[in-house]
Amino acid sequence: MPVHPHPLLAPEANEGYGRLRGAFEEAAKRIEESGADLLVIYSTTWPSIIGHQMQADPNPVWNLVDHDFHDLGTMHYDFRIDADFAHAWRDAAEKRGLSARTVAYEGFPIDVGSVVALSLLNPGNRLPAAIVSSNVYANRAETTVLAKACMDAAKGRKIAVVAAMSLSNRMFTQRIDPKEDRIHSLKDDEWNRKILEFLGDGRLEDVGQLSRTIHNQIRVQKVVAFKPMWFLSAMNDHRNDLTGEVLAYEALHGAGGAVVHLDPASNGKGDKEYDEENVEVFGGDRGVLDAVDDGGDQPEHRPDVGHTGPALWDPVERDDAVNSEAAPKPVGAYPHARRVGDMLYLSGVGPRQPGTNRIPGGPIHDEAGAPLDYDIRAQTHAVVANVERVLKEAGGRLEDIVDVTTFLVDMERDFGGYNEVWAETLGKVGPTRTTLAIRSLPTPIAVEMKVIAHLPQ
Amino acid sequence: MGGGRIVAGCLAPHPPHLVYAENPPQNAPSSEGGWEQLRWGYDRLRASLAEVEHDVLVLLSPHWQTYVGTHLLGLPHFEGLSVDPIFPNLFRYTYDMKVDVDLAAAIHDEAAAAGLDVHMMTNPEFRVDYGTITTAHLTDPAWSKPLVVISSNRSRHYYSVEVMQEMMAELGKATRRAIEASGKRAVVLASNSLSHRHFTAEPEVPEDMSHEHITSHAMHLWDMRIIDHMVGGRAQRLLDEMPEFTEQAIAETDGGGLTWLMHTLGVPSYPAVLHGYGTVIGTGNAVVEWPAWKHEEAVA
Repeated sequence: MPVHPHPLLAPEANEGYGRLRGAFEEAAKRIEESGADLLVIYSTTWPSIIGHQMQADPNPVWNLVDHDFHDLGTMHYDFRIDADFAHAWRDAAEKRGLSARTVAYEGFPIDVGSVVALSLLNPGNRLPAAIVSSNVYANRAETTVLAKACMDAAKGRKIAVVAAMSLSNRMFTQRIDPKEDRIHSLKDDEWNRKILEFLGDGRLEDVGQLSRTIHNQIRVQKVVAFKPMWFLSAMNDHRNDLTGEVLAYEALHGAGGAVVHLDPASNGKGDKEYDEENVEVFGGDRGVLDAVDDGGDQPEHRPDVGHTGPALWDPVERDDAVNSEAAPKPVGAYPHARRVGDMLYLSGVGPRQPGTNRIPGGPIHDEAGAPLDYDIRAQTHAVVANVERVLKEAGGRLEDIVDVTTFLVDMERDFGGYNEVWAETLGKVGPTRTTLAIRSLPTPIAVEMKVIAHLPQ
Repeated sequence: MGGGRIVAGCLAPHPPHLVYAENPPQNAPSSEGGWEQLRWGYDRLRASLAEVEHDVLVLLSPHWQTYVGTHLLGLPHFEGLSVDPIFPNLFRYTYDMKVDVDLAAAIHDEAAAAGLDVHMMTNPEFRVDYGTITTAHLTDPAWSKPLVVISSNRSRHYYSVEVMQEMMAELGKATRRAIEASGKRAVVLASNSLSHRHFTAEPEVPEDMSHEHITSHAMHLWDMRIIDHMVGGRAQRLLDEMPEFTEQAIAETDGGGLTWLMHTLGVPSYPAVLHGYGTVIGTGNAVVEWPAWKHEEAVA
């Protein structure tokens, strides 16, 4: 839905504004009929810098006047916000590596896009609402993770999600007679119609993948890019087979404004492939503030490349890290384990021997990639021994292990031998276990374990 | 009327952190200080401005962003609560400000005559942007002077830095003509930072200065280069390099304030006074004064 105030404040000034207003009313009706119990707004007119912000004032009240279109009048608002959901969303976002915070301050300036959305799509505050900012620096990975955090917090609630945004957002730079309003340029109009063709076909993920191109082609190069489609697509499992309908498309002082309904019901045309990274946890640049504090004291995480195979790294040091000289060096920048309260989370552990990097039972292939015979039992024993070394460093033992995920590169060949060693060792301890077959591991090994332990007080 | 003049021009950035650090009674959050280099810079600016009589502050704020022309506050009085949408934890300020509507209208008319698209903002429920309030507070904490507040036309985003500069040059000249015709003595303020790449995380204690530094060495080099032009009296060189600076340092000069300021001052060739430089959540900020009145006395 568009972010301009015209459909709210001046629907009579132009027939197109009136048609948009009608489309808003139709969308409001469909939201009500959908049985949704929460309305989530992602708005491009609420930019943020410190991560993403979630509105958590349960009853924000104010009079909003648009910075450009102040002559259209004042937008009074009095909204019902689901503050509990906002807090849950923030928590879920932080768990997924994002920087996020809630805001609940009297007089906080709710942005014009959110005010238009909530005023027209949620009359009478029928549904509790959530509003999230658009971080000006966020990339697709961050926006995708934000959406997944939203779904984490939803816990099965039925959400109607709204992207408050323009299509082309190039406005006329001088005042115009509203009756003369039209899309700023033919090129903008053509792009808008192409986007709407995709959305009408339910190809939401395709629009998401075109977002950067669209932004470069028809958007004023402000900091908030054409990223709401990333959010919408991630909220819909990156699908391309939604059921779409364009309810209205009109000019708003030259910008393209459309109300589009995307029903998650499949249109039956089959899905398309999703060819971007489907990120679960954000691992971006959130540590920038620590550069001064940590720089001088941290060991340099430079790989040791004095051998064949993947480079070996010194384990990452941090306050809650557990690293053992008796365990093999990592093959990347991570610690051997991290302690969180009583819980110890180990990085994946393989059979390589500390110091020599030798693989008990032999490697599964030579340097040229040719397969070699190897002993899965010896490798599994070595894995368990390495796990025990890391546990010992943390003051624990094998009996503290509560959960293990095992990765085998050849389930058919190796499950039996691995299972025997398991029964002799960890099977006597009794952790829960999941065993997966995977294509390969970073070094020429056949087995790796991911371990979680509950340490004694 | 005639006889009016600009007595000083200032680069007066608006990080709300500086108001937060000062703990004025108008601002709800409280702090343990912080960003002293910049706050001391503002102390020196205020002391300098106290030496010269002036009637009005004319301010261009990059946080009143308008895409349809340039706008000016057009009512004599605004009051209310300003909450920074990005740092609401730091800035919730109760303001009460006077506007010199006559001078605002005169600038409007001069700019319109020069071919610019300009508008007077006369909705009494309009909330003044936090950039304006921050710069006004830091320059005149007693709010003793009336203000003229000009929006930041985002022509840079529609066209280019070059087009923005052309438009802001015209607006700056129109502002100067209107001030001269008004008979008033004005201080002109560009409320923008320099390099403008933020950190995307905030320390648990926002005023913990052990976390405060420039985001990158490149940003630092750009800031120092621009300041060097200012204190070296090379305003034209500064304008010449503005497109490159604005692009590479993601500088807040994209809002047009600094270009406008240079043209209100007639593109000064006398040295500016650097009152202070510091970073705020990684962005580069300088408090700089062009003491036009001293220069004019020296020439006279």
